[in-house]
Amino acid sequence: MLDQFFFYIFASVILLGGLLTITRRSAVHSAIFLIATLLGIAGLFLHLQAEFLAGVQVILYVGGIMVLFLFVIMLVNLDQAARQRQFNRQWWLALLAAAAVCGEALYGLYRGRGAFTFPGAVPGNMPPNTQAVGNALYQNYMLPFEVASIMLLVAMVGAVVMAKKRL
Amino acid sequence: MDLTILIISLAKIAVVLTVLFTCVAYVVWLERKVAGRIQNRWGPHRTGPFGLLQPAADFLKALFKEDFTPAQVQRPIYFLAPFLAMTLALMSIAVIPFGENVTIAGRTIFFEITDLNIGLLYIFAVTSLGVYGIALAGWSSGSKYSLMGGLRSSAQMISYELGLGFAVVGVLILSGTLSLRGIVNAQSGFWFGIIPKWYIWPQFVGFLVYLTAAFAETNRTPFDLPEAEGELVGGFHTEYSSLKFAMFFTAEYTNMITVACLATLLFFGGWMAPLPWAWVQHVPALVLLGMAALMTRTALRTYRLERRKSYFAVPGLAGIVGLIGLAFLHPVFAAVAAPMFWFASKVFVFLFLYIWVRWSVPRFRYDQLMHLGWKVLLPVAAANILITGLVVAL
Repeated sequence: MLDQFFFYIFASVILLGGLLTITRRSAVHSAIFLIATLLGIAGLFLHLQAEFLAGVQVILYVGGIMVLFLFVIMLVNLDQAARQRQFNRQWWLALLAAAAVCGEALYGLYRGRGAFTFPGAVPGNMPPNTQAVGNALYQNYMLPFEVASIMLLVAMVGAVVMAKKRL
Repeated sequence: MDLTILIISLAKIAVVLTVLFTCVAYVVWLERKVAGRIQNRWGPHRTGPFGLLQPAADFLKALFKEDFTPAQVQRPIYFLAPFLAMTLALMSIAVIPFGENVTIAGRTIFFEITDLNIGLLYIFAVTSLGVYGIALAGWSSGSKYSLMGGLRSSAQMISYELGLGFAVVGVLILSGTLSLRGIVNAQSGFWFGIIPKWYIWPQFVGFLVYLTAAFAETNRTPFDLPEAEGELVGGFHTEYSSLKFAMFFTAEYTNMITVACLATLLFFGGWMAPLPWAWVQHVPALVLLGMAALMTRTALRTYRLERRKSYFAVPGLAGIVGLIGLAFLHPVFAAVAAPMFWFASKVFVFLFLYIWVRWSVPRFRYDQLMHLGWKVLLPVAAANILITGLVVAL
């Protein structure tokens, strides 16, 4: 009962935040609502007893990436962007495309509705999962993890090389 | 059962918050006193004995000042920012343990609001959010000085958060837990029967990096660029007045206390006594009784010099301190309060260090700040992790 209550609270924060992120005119307001969405996702992680993921979500996305976003938004002069038209005048086409995608997703969900069974709730508290995450990343999936980190490094170096005119 | 836990939790929150606010008030007092002594003047000394009522006077002043809202501010965010700063600063105190758990009448009392098994991660999450209070305050004020303060703050916080996070990884490798209580318990015992097994010894480099990054995270001099008054008027809080300014002020000092607590817990064995011998348990009583004696001496001298007959505040204070000191002679009280005494003493040393540095070291320039954060602290902390990992693995 209480579980469901919290789930709906977090879910509505996420959805409302996402909606307001794309509809606000001011970029700073959008960023603030995106922060609310990310915090809601951290809350859902916590609700699923994945406390490590929740902590990392807040530290990395909310405390790191979004601060950088905000930093860039503050630096850029946004007066011009705020006065521009926010939406394209292709309402009907967009609505049709969105309806098609939505219908497809709903149809898929309807066809596979038998597969949605909730796992039985774990009685009591789950063991701390920081260690489990560490083991999974550094033992079972060591190679993909390292490959991903090298890819990120390459992307970072590439961005610096492209941005800097003289090295 | 559930209700008792709820009531105990609420009572603990009330007590911790009261103590925290009192500490914040008196850290401000201490700052002004120490600053005065360093600059060869008295600091506050008119309000109450030793100027001890100055925080109350300051609070009343902030309360009765006009709460002025400039016309150019971005309304909701301008009002949100100080609340954000203060709430986030207060939230991080929830997982800080202050003393050993004790069992009284079959019920174990935990000396913290809650012990999360990701306690350290929680603190980093909450402090990483703290930047929003400052950055949004700077942006929403609609003034270029504030905006510069907010920009500097967000760049500085991101840069030094990395160093801060990297600095404590060595401690995590050694202790193998993210729970703050677990980290302190892993530091019990002594080497050769005399050197306490605190992480300051194996993690000295990590501690230096932590200390430096913590100065930057709390926006304290020499890293107080977000509010550099010489160049930015007041930085991010230029446009704030009255209680809204007081909230930023409280948040800054609360953050100071949090990082001091964290340094104590991670590197200095939390509430562990610093020496192994049995007589160490009498040190709290000795220290407090000594303080009471000093205060009595001051009171007597003042009375002799000034003939102020109504001067009873200092003797009263001496009496309270002396009574607490006498209480430490009782074994049950000592068992409960001695760990808290050690914890408080260590935190006090760190707070004093903060104040000392603030009034001794000039402010960094912005490029020096970035250079130090990215090119010095981060590589040093990374090398520290590497070496610690190697030593533990071997």
